Amino acid sequence: MLTGIAASPGIAVGKVLLVSPELDRQETHGVQDDQQAAFQQALTASKNELMALRQRVSVQTGEAAAAVFDAQMLMLDDPNLVNPVCQAIDDGVDAVQAVEKITQTLTALFAGMENSYMRERAADINDISRRLIRHLTGSPQLDWTEMNDPVILVAQDLTPSDTAQLDPCKVLGFATQSGGKTSHSAILARTLEIPAVVGVPGLLAEIKGGDVIGIDGEAGEVFINPDPAVVNRLQQKAAIAARLREELTLLRDHPAITQDGHRVELAANVGHPKDIPMALAHGAEGVGLYRTEFIFMGRTQLPDEEEQYQAYRTVVAGMKGKPVIIRTLDVGGDKQIPYLNMPSEANPFLGWRALRMCLDRPELFKTQLRALWRAGCHGMLKIMFPMVSQLAEVRLAKELLAQAREELLSEGYQLPERIPVGIMIEIPAAALIADQLAREVDFFSIGSNDLIQYTIGVDRMNQQISRLYQPLHPGVLRLIAMVIEAAHRQDKWVGMCGEMAGELQCVPILLGLGLDEFSMSSGNILQVKHRIQTLSAEHCRNLAAKCLAVGEAEEVRRLVESLK
Amino acid sequence: MVKMDITLTNATGLHARPAAQFVHAANRYKDTIVKVSKNGKEIDAKSIISIMGLGATQGTVLTLIADGPDETEVIRVLADLVENGFGEGAEAGC
Repeated sequence: MLTGIAASPGIAVGKVLLVSPELDRQETHGVQDDQQAAFQQALTASKNELMALRQRVSVQTGEAAAAVFDAQMLMLDDPNLVNPVCQAIDDGVDAVQAVEKITQTLTALFAGMENSYMRERAADINDISRRLIRHLTGSPQLDWTEMNDPVILVAQDLTPSDTAQLDPCKVLGFATQSGGKTSHSAILARTLEIPAVVGVPGLLAEIKGGDVIGIDGEAGEVFINPDPAVVNRLQQKAAIAARLREELTLLRDHPAITQDGHRVELAANVGHPKDIPMALAHGAEGVGLYRTEFIFMGRTQLPDEEEQYQAYRTVVAGMKGKPVIIRTLDVGGDKQIPYLNMPSEANPFLGWRALRMCLDRPELFKTQLRALWRAGCHGMLKIMFPMVSQLAEVRLAKELLAQAREELLSEGYQLPERIPVGIMIEIPAAALIADQLAREVDFFSIGSNDLIQYTIGVDRMNQQISRLYQPLHPGVLRLIAMVIEAAHRQDKWVGMCGEMAGELQCVPILLGLGLDEFSMSSGNILQVKHRIQTLSAEHCRNLAAKCLAVGEAEEVRRLVESLK
Repeated sequence: MVKMDITLTNATGLHARPAAQFVHAANRYKDTIVKVSKNGKEIDAKSIISIMGLGATQGTVLTLIADGPDETEVIRVLADLVENGFGEGAEAGC
């Protein structure tokens, strides 16, 4: 068995088709006196081919997959590609070599990028390069339509055009030696819902054409000529996964309730009003976090009260009476808004951000609070303040909220009697004085992403130390336990709106610690609900107690696994 | 000449598809020079390779610069594209 990166879930067993992209790179096809003309012809032929390909993919796979070719077509017109190649040909370089040389330089530019998504755009340039060279040398193109029986593709890597035109009826899945989770091929495999394993070291050395292989796109495993027992096991796993998928959709309208009758609320994190239908389709019982930043971004001046009101109203009304927690402006840190003229800071994550900035700019803050009050008439709105570290901040924010109400009333607006107010717990100091803060508010929502970063002192985007970012660190769990206990003692409820709330291995502990509401990306809701329905709250409480008594995340993980 | 600061809000930044939309839009204004600058580095907004080469991700602040007969319009069109997140769906989590 070989192991690689699990790129797209699912299981397939079938015959191998080796895809080898080796081209005849000798020289330009035929006797071409005029290398410039040959290059121009290759450009035109490539563009036509891409246009046709785009059309076919758009029909077969969808517009999103087809759009990859828009970028490639533009590259064929790009002065940064065309001009240097023409220049090289003028200098006497063979057209094939000129294309190779220039595209290699461009590929290197992308390959050196920090962001893995961007790094893999090098694949687009390679794809263009191969296409041009194929036309220059007259090599034949691999034709998928000639495939008869369904196969599993095995390759060094699949180019965007290879993958985009593959026919899911004839391709059971694929395995590649290179590539990562965000490569074209991986993304497309997820769109087409065919299993894929990428980045498998030694793959090509082990597999010959005609072999039968099994791939498990969830575990990232490749089995070469598997014996019947392995095939059987893979098929069983596939059947279970299919059944689970069916069951999940049936869960949509059921509550998240444990075997022993403990109920929690599952809500969605939302960044844009257009995400609301998706939240409802996945069975969200509310919105646990509505980020208001998007209304402020991508523009040149502050949105006025009316515009904000319309946006908030759309979300509150769209949830049809289900609770919607709207978080007030949370900018700074990694989210910058140019027109706010925020100073550049040495430590933006410890800087003038979120509520801190809002309290210093009450005119800006009050506009948002007024819009929120008005939106409160259209459904069940709750307001939440981010980045609280002091009692005084909460009191001041509440005072401004009360002032906003008075102003609106005196202007003749009809408003709700009150709007529940909560705060995010994401700074360890706030967690430690949760008993004091609980007196001031109606609820807490734990922002686990920041709470973990601040508690462990780790920037999770820093790859060198990202392994230290551990949601199950007992230090983090103890803080969460303190927060929930302090709130419950005063009959206040506690939610969580960080990624941790949607992670299956964290769910039993959070449930055992007494978390009341779990808010997550819509796509995770059904599987979390399914997990909760298999749990016993009593067992989870025992588990949580044990987890609070150990010293390492690894021990916590072992305890969670022993629960099954 | 017109200048405007914008912040990328879509989840994946200026990768292939948004970059293509961006360059397509800029290319419609043949007589106007359009540039994008990031951290003082200025590039041609009509070159997809340069645009993708910026490595601009979510949250990146870019300055749009246009000079020519349609400078105001091209800036507005490009800023709209960015503001609408290139019509991108939400695959990213929280």
